[in-house]
Amino acid sequence: MAFTPLDKVGDRFDVIVVGSGLGGLTCANRLARAGHHVLLLEHHTRLGGLATWFTRNGHIFDVSLHGFPYGMVKTCRKYWTKEIRDAIVQLKNIVFDNPQFSLTTTFSREDFVRILRQEFGVDRAVVERFFTTVAGMNFYDDRTMTTRELFEEFFPGRSDVHRLLMEPITYANGSTLDDPAITYGIVFSNFMNRGVYTFEGGTDRLIGMMADELRKNGVTICTSARVDRIVVEKGRTRGVAVGERVIAAPAVVSNAGITNTIDKLAGRDAFSDDFLAGFDRVQVNNSSCQVYLGIRKGESFDDVGDLLFTSTSPEFSSEEMRDMETGSRTFSVYYPRTRPDHPDYTVVASMNANYEDWAGLDEEAYGRAKEAMVARCLDDLERYIPGIRGRIDTIESATPRTFHRYTLHTRGTSFGTKFEGLDISRSIFREVGGLFHVGSVGIIMSGWLGAINYGVIVANDVDAFLRT
Amino acid sequence: MTRDEIKDMILEIIEDIDEEAEFDQLDPDEPLRDQLDLDSMDFLDIVMELRKRYKLQIPEEEYPQLATLTSCVNYLEPRLKDV
Repeated sequence: MAFTPLDKVGDRFDVIVVGSGLGGLTCANRLARAGHHVLLLEHHTRLGGLATWFTRNGHIFDVSLHGFPYGMVKTCRKYWTKEIRDAIVQLKNIVFDNPQFSLTTTFSREDFVRILRQEFGVDRAVVERFFTTVAGMNFYDDRTMTTRELFEEFFPGRSDVHRLLMEPITYANGSTLDDPAITYGIVFSNFMNRGVYTFEGGTDRLIGMMADELRKNGVTICTSARVDRIVVEKGRTRGVAVGERVIAAPAVVSNAGITNTIDKLAGRDAFSDDFLAGFDRVQVNNSSCQVYLGIRKGESFDDVGDLLFTSTSPEFSSEEMRDMETGSRTFSVYYPRTRPDHPDYTVVASMNANYEDWAGLDEEAYGRAKEAMVARCLDDLERYIPGIRGRIDTIESATPRTFHRYTLHTRGTSFGTKFEGLDISRSIFREVGGLFHVGSVGIIMSGWLGAINYGVIVANDVDAFLRT
Repeated sequence: MTRDEIKDMILEIIEDIDEEAEFDQLDPDEPLRDQLDLDSMDFLDIVMELRKRYKLQIPEEEYPQLATLTSCVNYLEPRLKDV
């Protein structure tokens, strides 16, 4: 992709978007379509943030394309293009395998109701009441109830049911049983609507189509351009300092993490003590580890499902899932149908992880820990695809350090912040005129659908500001 | 704009948002949300489109006034009288 070099970028824009995650991309596109003059700056060589991919030995590996809710269909049609919407296809075989249960599901409400009744023996009325309750949850509801309390109310003592309902969500957004029940209800209901979907052609095709659309709408895109700071004077945003230049704009949208936005880009001096007190209570979410496996050309394996939630842990535990030696991982399995123009078999194992566990290791210990992680993933995958070891020609792995290096996120977080981060993100423009934040915050504004929709919400705030 | 013009304009914006929207059975005094499968993101789209077309700023606390077709017209009529 050829973008505009920094020295060819103009001196003044209506709005500068710093960072090109799905939230930043969508915000930029929405504002350009509304008629504003938009500059998009990205520190990395490619767009997408965590919606990214890389190539090794002819394989293309997707980093975060594991399955999103059906809501993406409407969202992509409205805020992107019909072509993008038309590439969304369902992942029909979602597999759970752990010491408590093994089953295959479409991950839809209808199928979950059936499973909870038939396989778990839960009373139909209770199941229906649970689904109605979580579907009715919204942002303004009671925030004091935790997901643990919600589960205990409906399924007391049923750790197997809790696991079925919670494990996928913990992988999706890092949340735990101690997070607010409304964050669970909103995210779970999104998935339960119609099941799990993916993007045919992979992340590279999606981001390529988004870049085309941004250029068509007049957005100036500049990669390998790391913003040093957001310029704030007398409580108002003036632009950004990037490289040797200052580029002016009355509005700046930071798609950096909220912590980097306040601590590093705008600087704490720009904010009131009250605001900073709230900000300092924001908890950054956990990070991830991944192992990427490419299958030798000419080799194949049978369809074992699209997304496998596997664990050897006796019960669900978000602490166990973040442990360096966790026995809990998802396998996202990519078949030739994933990229019809580039048919291939790849598998990506994903685990939750604590940044601190990995950050302090010296190089030798770090290398050993990565090797051990790869070995554990292969052992587990052998159970689902026997003989897989002999068919692999490429192995790569990532840890919280890797996520930190590519995204610059505080502690390599792959899911933004806990719930309290949302209020800070939403109110930042009331502190500093013209400064906005879009990105994974508050658990609910996370994942592909959450990030894109949040980009639209923030674009509305920016548009209102620019037209005042 | 007249009340009829405002009504037509609102329906046109909704049609852009949801191409499958059916207006034949629409009760103007019942929430649009229940009848047309509109969600909170769709209402945001309506607000942004009104701002783009008529420079109309609708504060978040007044979004509920856009709940039904009749309430939309009532809310917008004085604000669009010179358009």
